[in-house]
Amino acid sequence: MSANLSRTEGDPVEGAASDASAAEGAVTVVDPRLLVRQQGFKGYLDDFGRKLRSGELGSLPVVIGLIIIALVFQFQDTRFLGAQNLNNLFVDATGTGLIAVGIVFVLILGEIDLSVGSVSGLASAVFAVLNVNHGMPEWEALILAVLSGALVGAFHGFFFARIGVPAFVVTLAGLLGWNGLMLQILGSNGTINLDADGLLSQLTNYYFSDVAVAYGVALLAVVAFFGLSFLDSRRREAAGVPSRPLSEIVLRTVFVAVPAFLIAWLFNNFKGLPLAVVIFLAFVIGLDFVLRRTSYGRKVFALGGSVEAARRAGINVIAIRISVFALAGTMAALGGLFLASQLNAANQSSGAGSLLMNAIAAAVIGGTSLFGGRGKTWSALLGVLVIQAIASGMALLGIAAAVQQMITGAVLLAAVVIDSVSRKTQKTAGRA
Amino acid sequence: MIHVSATPVLALRGVSKRFGAVQALTDVELEIHPGEVVALVGDNGAGKSTLVKAIAGVGPADDGAIEWEGRPVTIDRPHTAQGLGIATVYQDLALCDNLDVVGNLFLGREIVRAGILDEVEMERRSRELLATLSIRIPSVRIPVASLSGGQRQTVAIARSLLGEPKVVILDEPTAALGVEQTAQVLDLVERLRERDLGVILISHNMADVKAVADRVAVLRLGRNNGVFDVRTTSQEEIISAITGATDNAVTRRAARTTEAQK
Repeated sequence: MSANLSRTEGDPVEGAASDASAAEGAVTVVDPRLLVRQQGFKGYLDDFGRKLRSGELGSLPVVIGLIIIALVFQFQDTRFLGAQNLNNLFVDATGTGLIAVGIVFVLILGEIDLSVGSVSGLASAVFAVLNVNHGMPEWEALILAVLSGALVGAFHGFFFARIGVPAFVVTLAGLLGWNGLMLQILGSNGTINLDADGLLSQLTNYYFSDVAVAYGVALLAVVAFFGLSFLDSRRREAAGVPSRPLSEIVLRTVFVAVPAFLIAWLFNNFKGLPLAVVIFLAFVIGLDFVLRRTSYGRKVFALGGSVEAARRAGINVIAIRISVFALAGTMAALGGLFLASQLNAANQSSGAGSLLMNAIAAAVIGGTSLFGGRGKTWSALLGVLVIQAIASGMALLGIAAAVQQMITGAVLLAAVVIDSVSRKTQKTAGRA
Repeated sequence: MIHVSATPVLALRGVSKRFGAVQALTDVELEIHPGEVVALVGDNGAGKSTLVKAIAGVGPADDGAIEWEGRPVTIDRPHTAQGLGIATVYQDLALCDNLDVVGNLFLGREIVRAGILDEVEMERRSRELLATLSIRIPSVRIPVASLSGGQRQTVAIARSLLGEPKVVILDEPTAALGVEQTAQVLDLVERLRERDLGVILISHNMADVKAVADRVAVLRLGRNNGVFDVRTTSQEEIISAITGATDNAVTRRAARTTEAQK
């Protein structure tokens, strides 16, 4: 291992030179036990290998899982990787995926929210009743429906954070209670059909048919990723802290660019970029930013690590907990509206069935730890793709729902086993 | 090292605290001067933790006055204590295992630029801080969970210094540490003194106390039981003050007999 802390060669930026040399002076004596990243590609691989051995698997298992699932189904039925099937798979995944994003936040706290299914159903019923029965404009009904989810979530959060009832129990009560409220407000009919050309149905049925949109979005994402990584690296270099070398940034950008353009091409082969996917990705990216780049997100992680430490650091534990549950409720409501949009109706079975389990499973399969303190919003995306891919593949092959459920259950179990084992490995490697 | 004339940075005057029927502290006096390490010792239940909580604002005292740089102050919340410049490092460390060293150091006082965490600046300052304290840790970007006990303790102490405190309270910083790690923490305590901070060191370990403290304040059953200058006091004298060995049936009888002989 070279003793060079991974600062790139070349002259440090003018003006920051004194800073950099001061920092350098402080770290010239390198303890052999210190983790020192080697320069360039090999260092990247070494680091990656070290992470794997110590159990920091991240998204690797789920990505491998997705590839295996895709290959297996493609082998059985060549329509699986076709543009239409994959397009539908992505669009179908958005409702559950949005709910799973909220679940990720709750799981990072080390808690669970069992009410998200019922809350999503409630939100769709609120929208349908306000819009169809009371003639409220769609936008207003949509905002009120989402707010109802936020309110319900904050209500759970209040009982959990303020009163001290375990979140498991509060949200279990919510699971029953909000489902009851939904049935109540739906009335005796039980089903309210939505306007087929309305705003809500457009949520999952609108496509940007212009080819340029999908490619443009992909290009924008790749350029933004490269630009931000590059600027960050420059700033780190100027401040004299370890930075990523350009070769590594380019490599990472390629890893982002390939799937981005592949998916854009895929969408363009069918009807174009679906609006639902754009909104879903916007939430995944936006909330990922909130989690990793804002002090709010840092506080959420801190609570997942040690509540006592967070409290002593002056973090308002009650407010953060309530806000996270409110966020989970909001995302559940949004997801519920997407699901209602696909059905074009709100009915008695909205938010029922396997929705709750699928949303939680998606977050866990994607790599968010059930033990709290670790997770990414991206895991909701990856996990929901796994679940939806299994459902879609089996539907193609004509396998019964009973078998689907068993297989999804097995996948969830596998994900939890990986989570537990990797946590153990991390413990023995001194990293958990 | 003992500044007799200077105004103490922190002074407790007649502090008392009662929990229901238990009088945990009675008229306790304590003075901390800048650049001085005061060891606070006492047996279990002597009131050390209660006293620390009163200073740190976690459990405010019922009676008595606290003076900060000569002015009387009321410390009723942890926030007030931090605002004055009192940093407390608790025995159970209070670090978040899942966050990296930088995240822990800046937890609750993140540096934010335009609403976004300024990771670069935080990392730079972390390295600078750890370097000035000569703290060696594998990387500032690994989770605290992977650090050894001594490293975690030094991170916890370093963390308390970010708020530029004037008094640092260390609650048993060397408990559960190995020989070398203890030495590292004691080195760090000396570096705090060199920075002209007042340090309150709570410890059960007489060797540590003798090694770094300037004065030893002994608490016994919630009362002051003497303040000793470490260099002129033997370990036995301190221990007898802690255990009350100078105040038992034997010594009382001895005192009576000597009086009778007079």
